[in-house]
Amino acid sequence: MLFTSYEFMIFVLVTAVLYYLVPKRFQWCLLLAADYVFYAIAGAAYLPFILITTISAYLAGMKLRSMKRRQEQYLAEHKAQMNREEKKAYKAVEKKKQWRWLLLTLLLNLGILAVLKYTNFTIANINSLLHTFGSGGRISPVDFVLPLGISFYTFQTLGYIIDVYRGKYEAETHFFKFALFVSFFPQLVQGPISRFDALSKSLFAEHRFDAVTVSRGLQRILWGYFKKMVIADRMLVAVNALIQNPDTYQGAYVFAGMLFYALELYADFTGGIDITIGIAEMLGIRVAENFHRPYFSKNIKEYWNRWHITMGTWFTDYIFYPISVCQPMLNLSKFSRKHLGDALGKRVPVYLSSFVVWFTTGIWHGASWNFIVWGLGNFVVIMISQELEPLYRRFHGRFPQAKEKWGFRAFQVLRTVLLMSSLRMFDCYRDVPLTFRMFGTMFTRWNWGEMFRGGLMGLGLAGKDYFILLAGLVILIVVSLLQRTGGVRERIAAKPVWIRTFVWYGLFLAVLLFGAYGVGYDASQFIYNQF
Amino acid sequence: MDENIMETLLEILSDLHPDVDFETCDTLIDDKILDSFDIVSLISEINNEWDVTVPADKIDPQYFNSAEALCGLIEELLED
Repeated sequence: MLFTSYEFMIFVLVTAVLYYLVPKRFQWCLLLAADYVFYAIAGAAYLPFILITTISAYLAGMKLRSMKRRQEQYLAEHKAQMNREEKKAYKAVEKKKQWRWLLLTLLLNLGILAVLKYTNFTIANINSLLHTFGSGGRISPVDFVLPLGISFYTFQTLGYIIDVYRGKYEAETHFFKFALFVSFFPQLVQGPISRFDALSKSLFAEHRFDAVTVSRGLQRILWGYFKKMVIADRMLVAVNALIQNPDTYQGAYVFAGMLFYALELYADFTGGIDITIGIAEMLGIRVAENFHRPYFSKNIKEYWNRWHITMGTWFTDYIFYPISVCQPMLNLSKFSRKHLGDALGKRVPVYLSSFVVWFTTGIWHGASWNFIVWGLGNFVVIMISQELEPLYRRFHGRFPQAKEKWGFRAFQVLRTVLLMSSLRMFDCYRDVPLTFRMFGTMFTRWNWGEMFRGGLMGLGLAGKDYFILLAGLVILIVVSLLQRTGGVRERIAAKPVWIRTFVWYGLFLAVLLFGAYGVGYDASQFIYNQF
Repeated sequence: MDENIMETLLEILSDLHPDVDFETCDTLIDDKILDSFDIVSLISEINNEWDVTVPADKIDPQYFNSAEALCGLIEELLED
């Protein structure tokens, strides 16, 4: 059930109406039922997998909870008899026992994800090696189901169990409430990857119908549909034409395609997240924001703090930090400082952990080399930028006013857009050698004249489509600029009624009239659904 | 608060960001003054200086938002 399908819109409408009709204490039960209906419609075969994740994490959480309580009780009872060393030793033993439960849960769930998502990638690589070494043998790919949103709900659930292990909060004792947290349908498809302590409060709470809350949610949903259907799905037509015909479309077309894809991906992913957050908001539930105007970032590092924020913080909290500050890494830091000097030596653990994080980020996005190279490309750019930091500092020390200059800010934004769009070409062409070849043609084929003299019209879009896209882009930029100084919906709400009517009905009509429907268009899947 | 620890800690922090007033700032994480790279460098420096390991579960704004909070964390780890 696509977010853009009529079935989905009816499903959301029915769920929202029932949500406010049932007694408030049953609202969360209704949501849980809606989650499983949604998931069963997506594919009944997916259900066992989400159930295994839910049950295993719930049981592990309960076990950790009882172990932690027993530990506290024991320490309280034996406080007088134990000295500091004995307490420390007792805690270490208990921690080890808890670690085993955590490890078991991680292995089970990551194992499921790895087998379903990466088996065929591994087989393809083995086959490629066999071919390289002249062997005629070949392993057949396995036909596994890949449950919808498995990467998202697995990571969200593992974040929960790690937090419980760390003692950040206590485990949820109500199995069905926990199941709701794992399977909350609006975010099941493409995130955000929520944290239990942030989401559960409003997810399990009782909500009274409030016209303002519902209308704000609807406004956010409408904005999401505008981005997805008016911009992303229209842009997709040209992007597909460009990437499916790499021998025809080279040089300037590659540059155009690179920017087209950046716009499509942004409108697609942020539009989907707007719909998710809007649905939740309509039900009175607060879901974490996932974007913070990423293309206005000064550099790539900042971009990654503002793009797919919940994924970035997940990787930072659960992979980057644990690797960076583990004892072997600290020992390596001491060793490298001794042998490479203080400045370089202390950066070794940071870079090593970053490498792991970016490799994982790449492979999380998809089981193919193009995603791994894309992830590592980000790693390289961030490391270069990190190494150039002293140079930037010297520059800003010499020209302290530069930061405030409009032109310099514009240069930084343009640099971010171009760098990120270039790296996204790996995602776009889905083939590493082809991506490098197409990137090269931007500098070897000079066909800008041909492209602007009608070439762009051969990509499946007419002049009016480019006009709509341009208007959509301008609206996106204006809204982003306005967001710098506060919420846009709040500002519109403060305007006279005729302005409000004009804006929201205008947006609704824009989706209705300019949304990419009909012949030649495909109400397409969200790009991030596949992850 | 141990003044010796605080003094050394302020030196380490100033090396990371010479332009920040670490004595008064209490929003180092909230205002994104320290990023994840800074935090890892800081933990490595703390390990080097006091031979204590800051575990990943202590990487939280409550311990890293100010030099004072961080100093408290180091003292706590030294006591453990």
